[in-house]
Amino acid sequence: MGRKILLEHIGIPGISGFSMYRKCGGYQAVEQALREMTPVRIVEEVTRSGLRGRGGAGFPTGLKWSFMDMKSGKPRYLVCNADESEPGTFKDRYLMEHLPHQLLEGLIISSYALGANVCYIYIRGEFKYLAGILGTAIREARANGFVGKNILGTGFSLDIYVHPGAGAYICGEETALLESLEGKRGNPRIKPPYPAEKGLYDCPTVVNNVETLASVGPIIRMGGDAYAAIGAGNSTGTKLISASGHIRRPGVYEIEMGLPAEEFIFSEEYCRGIRGGKKLKAVIPGGSSVPVLPAELILRTAKGEKRLLSYESLADGGFESGSMLGSGGFIVFDEDACMVRNTWNLARFYRHESCGQCSPCREGTGWMEKILWRIEHGKGRRKDIDLLVSIAGNIEGNTICPLGDAAAWPVASAIRHFRKEFEEHIKEPGARPTGGQTDKRMGGQVKCVKMQNDDSAHYR
Amino acid sequence: MERARIVIREGKRMELTLQVLDRVKALIDRYPEGKQKSALVPVLLIFQEEQGGFLSVESMDYAADLLKLNPIEVYEVATFYSMFHPENTGRYIIEVCRTGPCAMCGGEEILSYLQQKLEIGPGETTPDGLFTLKTVECLGACGNAPVLQVNTRFHENLTCEKVDQLLERCRTAGESSIPFEETWAGKFC
Repeated sequence: MGRKILLEHIGIPGISGFSMYRKCGGYQAVEQALREMTPVRIVEEVTRSGLRGRGGAGFPTGLKWSFMDMKSGKPRYLVCNADESEPGTFKDRYLMEHLPHQLLEGLIISSYALGANVCYIYIRGEFKYLAGILGTAIREARANGFVGKNILGTGFSLDIYVHPGAGAYICGEETALLESLEGKRGNPRIKPPYPAEKGLYDCPTVVNNVETLASVGPIIRMGGDAYAAIGAGNSTGTKLISASGHIRRPGVYEIEMGLPAEEFIFSEEYCRGIRGGKKLKAVIPGGSSVPVLPAELILRTAKGEKRLLSYESLADGGFESGSMLGSGGFIVFDEDACMVRNTWNLARFYRHESCGQCSPCREGTGWMEKILWRIEHGKGRRKDIDLLVSIAGNIEGNTICPLGDAAAWPVASAIRHFRKEFEEHIKEPGARPTGGQTDKRMGGQVKCVKMQNDDSAHYR
Repeated sequence: MERARIVIREGKRMELTLQVLDRVKALIDRYPEGKQKSALVPVLLIFQEEQGGFLSVESMDYAADLLKLNPIEVYEVATFYSMFHPENTGRYIIEVCRTGPCAMCGGEEILSYLQQKLEIGPGETTPDGLFTLKTVECLGACGNAPVLQVNTRFHENLTCEKVDQLLERCRTAGESSIPFEETWAGKFC
């Protein structure tokens, strides 16, 4: 059994309420931090823990906090990024639904460490029910003196508010999130200045992911060094992995960093192998934005070493033969999956979610979707594959925010590893069903019908 | 219930209960003085809910007045986010996730099935005004794919039977009569 840190208390009846959470040792870390530790000490402890941003970028949290401008004289803000929208990722939802107080505990300690007296939880609008759960948790914490004025008599005051978005993937990017929080369109800002200097309302701001902030309480309780002792290399502690796709048991799993990917996919404790006795074909290991890996490269690196679920091991081999841990959105494909159709699907996603500020992304995502649509629908041209590679290459690195890269990588990597499949689609239109993948779980009730809703119909 | 009638420019009108206005005022108080624009998205979400899932130009103009903004600042925000519905919608907005993990686990079939059952395409409303069908991008529930939302309530691990039951409940007792526990399998490990 892997060690559980974030999900230690999961499954205890009533754990989402204050009293049960408190009974299980909840809010002790807040008492410890606010009564016995200086803010500087907390930042040090988080730095020592080696905690890295769990939203996808993997940036060291302690380092990010150390950039916070403490001398500007302006108010400082902590913003919790709960805009979980990366396809394949649903861990933050799970955490907030079942352990809202664990997040609040992290928010209180982190706000104290950063000298922030107001904290906003920016949650995607579709998670309306979670906003209710968080609202209740905040009221409970306030009633028990952990949120509000003069917390625990220490003189530290903090207000926490839930702020809903209204449906935009791009608002998960931290500067787009801040724009949205200011009541504007979610267009990412040019960096620098970074939010630590000019963030919300031009004030020093730290934006962290839900899972990152929820890890702060346990880190204070156990100490940074003890947390850093878990994991592998520079991937310390535990990580929540959202497993989806063609596996027997999808769900959210807490793993110790460095768990072999093979064990994660096939062991009884985790995904329990591929559904229906099929073979593993490919995995997107870190949310839809990271490069897809074929079965042999998710199980072993190009050097023949076991592939581990850690920042370093998944990146081993660069983009030639590696990928990224990203948000931990682990999407598994079985042997029947059509990589062209899935790549087209993701290209459509990024076209839909591009904010439109930068030409390479605004135009390029549309072109890629259009070309992939025609390949998938038997109208592909011989030069289309190289054209896709060229477009992806011209988007990558040429945009204000990482959405451009995120749109380019899935296409480039699918062609890199499954080029043959793309060529077959072009050579033999109709060689594969082009009208949807039949899911065996549906009991064959619905036949593989030609989708009337291919909204790329205007390309025909 | 007591209703506040607000007359906006050129005689256009909208009605809101006083409770809603109180909620809106409390929302504005969450943000620093002079930063009331931050309340825009939450306020528009409330107005849309109050008007039965539809965001009218009148309510956008009223939000502009309330938050001391130019109407254009409200329109540009309302058109950016996918959850705002500027067209009249049915009583139940069914939003089917069409992204990656859902699409590969039966989401495409669920959408086809809904199209057959409701005899409408995505973006359309049934003639009785009960259902609007939409496709949306990843709803963040991929482990329980395929999923859809009915007026922002999740329904997960869908099968054709579950869709039948859902439509039936919408037509009879109302979607909100389905207890939260039944809307998804709750089987995340």
